[in-house]
Amino acid sequence: MIYFDHAATTPCSKEVTGAMQPYFSEKFGNPSSIYALGREAKQAISDAREKIAKILNAKESEIIFTSGATESNNLAIKGVVFYVSQVLKVKPHIIISQIEHHCVLDTAKYLEKNFDVEVSYAPVNREGVIDPKEIEKLIKENTVLVSIMSGNNEIGTIEPIIEIGNVIKKTRMERKSDLPLYFHTDAVQAFQYLDCDVEKLGVDMLSLTGHKFYGPKGVGLLYVRRGTKFLPQQQGGAQEYGKRAGTDNVSYIVGFAKAISDADNQRAETGGYVRKLTNYLIEKISTEIPEIELLGSTDESRRLPHIASFLFKRIEGESILIKLDMAGFAASSGSACTSGSLEPSHVTKAMGYGDMEAHGAVRFSLGKLNKKEDVDKLMKVLPGIVKDLRAMSPIE
Amino acid sequence: MADLYNEKVMDHFNNPRNVGTIENADGVGQVGNPTCGDIMKMFIKIEDKKGKDTITDIKFQTFGCGAAVATSSIVTEMMTGKTVEEAEKLTNEQVAKELGGLPPLKMHCSNLAASALAEAIKDYKSKK
Repeated sequence: MIYFDHAATTPCSKEVTGAMQPYFSEKFGNPSSIYALGREAKQAISDAREKIAKILNAKESEIIFTSGATESNNLAIKGVVFYVSQVLKVKPHIIISQIEHHCVLDTAKYLEKNFDVEVSYAPVNREGVIDPKEIEKLIKENTVLVSIMSGNNEIGTIEPIIEIGNVIKKTRMERKSDLPLYFHTDAVQAFQYLDCDVEKLGVDMLSLTGHKFYGPKGVGLLYVRRGTKFLPQQQGGAQEYGKRAGTDNVSYIVGFAKAISDADNQRAETGGYVRKLTNYLIEKISTEIPEIELLGSTDESRRLPHIASFLFKRIEGESILIKLDMAGFAASSGSACTSGSLEPSHVTKAMGYGDMEAHGAVRFSLGKLNKKEDVDKLMKVLPGIVKDLRAMSPIE
Repeated sequence: MADLYNEKVMDHFNNPRNVGTIENADGVGQVGNPTCGDIMKMFIKIEDKKGKDTITDIKFQTFGCGAAVATSSIVTEMMTGKTVEEAEKLTNEQVAKELGGLPPLKMHCSNLAASALAEAIKDYKSKK
């Protein structure tokens, strides 16, 4: 099988699983215990946190380990929103973009539907880029949180986080009330390829998950800037500076830290290699298959190196994916047809594409283990699959 | 995708029967909606056999997922040689049953082949 779905998940590296191994059965202590075995586990977590904090240019006490990006994003949004509504007794307004991952989008919709929370959904242009001026326009007196992803998971567009951060800083300075205004970014797809120094980005919160860069699933973090007003969402222990109760997932946190530091060390090298490979795929598909469109930005500096999504006109994504699967290739569909929903992708639609077009989206996401030959092998079957399906299509 | 669709569905998806169009078809029907992402078009040829309107040929074109293609394909197999009266009784549920079942999510949007055939018959009757 040739794997082109690295934006979904990546294989755990041997270095990572090796680092995790001792913490299952040998060094199995609970970090909250007082004796040596517990202290050993506590030390491992503390080392992991120190390593990660350095890479993000954060303080150790600002790193909150979680079960992954879905929890981190829920925690960031609900933590701030409930602080404002329950402690400050102000009706919160939050801003997210129309192309956020479902774990941000659905959290915002849930709050909007079930609680007294206002949500604005910032639009994107045809390339999936958010204009910081749009964010500025949407900010109101009761806006307490802006959450914008660093890089989009479906189309790979890189968002202007620094510029949006500047808008938020300016608004904060000009704000007459004491109401906080925080900036959160979901950096899940971006971390492997972009510098995620929280000071440079100007963010107050940032979410990461391990399995997007050769780490384990089920572990992630939320960076929370010191002083951020925030209500924890689960109770039952003093772990994670009181912000996230629950026994620390020691082995996974150790593996996560190893994956983060490897990704950070190899960022330039991996980025350059994967970029070249993705560009090769884009060139091949663009020249060898008619009636296609590359989604997202045409400007390389606005694209994450690993994601290339295409619209295959007059045919449907799932059909392409099934045929690719049978030919031994793993890719994914923007239409989410296989993932429990028949609605076409909200991302493609937000960029202004119609329902029919959106159903023809297929995402290829590459990784450091892919080779040029993998792309060549794909190109031996993909043009034929597209041709066969088009021959069956009633759409002219 | 093995657990997404059963073997029979996959067979019809991979080797769809009767794909294409019929020139001077006696009836043409199209159903579907772009939001769900499934559109089916059926072409039928009708001849009088022993005094009864009988479907002698069916061809289809489908835009959609695996289930949409498979249901279209099997309908052409099930209904060729059947009388119009018999074909009118076909339901989408029967089509799914003939395929050995479809994932629950696919039962509504993608399982429209019987409706497409019904539209083609309606078209035939309106021209008669």
